[in-house]
Amino acid sequence: MVRVSLEDLYKEVILDHYRTPRNKGRLDPHDVLLERNNPLCGDEIELFLKFEGDDLQGISFDGKGCSISLASTSMMTEKVQGLSLEDARQVTESIKRMMAGEEEGDMNELGDLVSLKGVVKYPVRIKCALLGWNTLLEGLEEGKPAST
Amino acid sequence: MTFDAAVVRKDFPIFETETRGKRLVYLDSANTSQKPRQVLDRITQFYETENANVHRAVYELSEKATAAYEGARAACARFIGAPAPRSVVFTRGTTESINLIRFTWARQNVREGDEILITEMEHHSNLIPWQLFVQETGSILRHLPIDDDGRLRTDLLEEYVTEKTKLVSLSLMSNVLGTINPVRTIADAAHAVGAKVLVDAAQAAPHLRFDVNDLDADFLAYSSHKMCGPTGAGVLWGREELLEEMPPFHGGGEMIREVWADRATWNEIPYKFEAGTPNLAQAVGMGAAVDYLEGLGMEAVREHELELTRYALERLESIGATIYGPRELHDRGGVVSFNVEGVHPHDMSTIVDQEGVCIRAGHHCAQPLMRRLGVPATARASFYIYNTPEDVDVLIEAVEKSKGWFA
Repeated sequence: MVRVSLEDLYKEVILDHYRTPRNKGRLDPHDVLLERNNPLCGDEIELFLKFEGDDLQGISFDGKGCSISLASTSMMTEKVQGLSLEDARQVTESIKRMMAGEEEGDMNELGDLVSLKGVVKYPVRIKCALLGWNTLLEGLEEGKPAST
Repeated sequence: MTFDAAVVRKDFPIFETETRGKRLVYLDSANTSQKPRQVLDRITQFYETENANVHRAVYELSEKATAAYEGARAACARFIGAPAPRSVVFTRGTTESINLIRFTWARQNVREGDEILITEMEHHSNLIPWQLFVQETGSILRHLPIDDDGRLRTDLLEEYVTEKTKLVSLSLMSNVLGTINPVRTIADAAHAVGAKVLVDAAQAAPHLRFDVNDLDADFLAYSSHKMCGPTGAGVLWGREELLEEMPPFHGGGEMIREVWADRATWNEIPYKFEAGTPNLAQAVGMGAAVDYLEGLGMEAVREHELELTRYALERLESIGATIYGPRELHDRGGVVSFNVEGVHPHDMSTIVDQEGVCIRAGHHCAQPLMRRLGVPATARASFYIYNTPEDVDVLIEAVEKSKGWFA
């Protein structure tokens, strides 16, 4: 069980990615561009995906929103870039389970992402934290696995 | 009796609780207000000593229930200067009141090619019903713009209110900007072309003394839950002659006069519009809320909120916040939307919550207005009778803290 104070959550994890987002901006060429928003608060995200066979070769995002949604998306791009589509999907499902408050044995695989768990204590912010991930899940559906 | 918020605050049991271990600083009354003991006790008293269905039974208990319910109707009529209680329809709230007009008066009177005029600052509750209506009917929805200070462009009325306009529906006070709109001016323009005027008074009713005659409104809607009453009750007031001619809204018990297997005739107003068992205790509670506010005096309420708003604007400005809406207080209510550079309103709301401060963050059910303001979201503090200058101080300190986190 990870216990993080709100201040620690912001200062140690969120702010780093919020101030210095990774993989921010357009990705060209891309295979998929998804635009999604969080109707609750007006957060907006554009997610660019580039596939290479069964792998997610490239990922970037653009958008505006609160620190939790942008930081979570930034961390997501770092985590899933280069993974197989299936692995990226599994990481996403793990994050969603974590945000649903379900304790799972394999959370260690999530690495730094576990720090996002602090958000669970603030239920209205979970939607912020999951905006990027839910968008990714949709994008992965459009990825075409290489024919075997 | 002079108004003292610290004393008023004692009427509200919720302030005996803490949030996150801190004194509760509730600055979200534009969303929903807290409830005084007087209202809570009245509801309990109704259930404990007067509960029966209304208008149906002939025994004494039902007469008591009916008297309580109709007494609340009379209070709600008096509160807005309505000439007669029979012109007041109880609904679930402002949203249902507006939808009632959509499904009754508008269906009867607005045709393809006709225009409905709303404004750029409307809450979704006075926007979506009309979007749906024009899609169904081929009529046209127009939006009177606002200026950069968040006031309606009344200079454009001639362009927007035309022979095609059948209904002008607008809020008396904006839930985002706090703007108090010149409804009378707009009603005069509407009536000059034969259009009717529907006033959304959900934000105004808790805070301002107004009168449907002075506004020259044709319909007016307001909600109980924003003015110290329970959820689930609201009012649609209409001119009697208009209500008489309107078809019914929901069908069911109570709204009929005589029923055959294949047809029915309708009850008199307002019962024609109150199908089914109404939210009795909620209506009675709304009546008690009216009594409570009248006991404080709506002029005193307004005066108190002006003081708080003046102080909050001054303090927010001093810490460099961007403030939306009019800066002069004469046409502004106690709603302050603001942003602080570098801190997203959602982050701010979460951070100030740690200090016991409840503010709203987001689009405030007014997404088109957010686009007009050019922001995805704002933070919003709204004041009511139980707020004190100390609450503003705690807010400012908490906002400063949130700035610190992102510095």
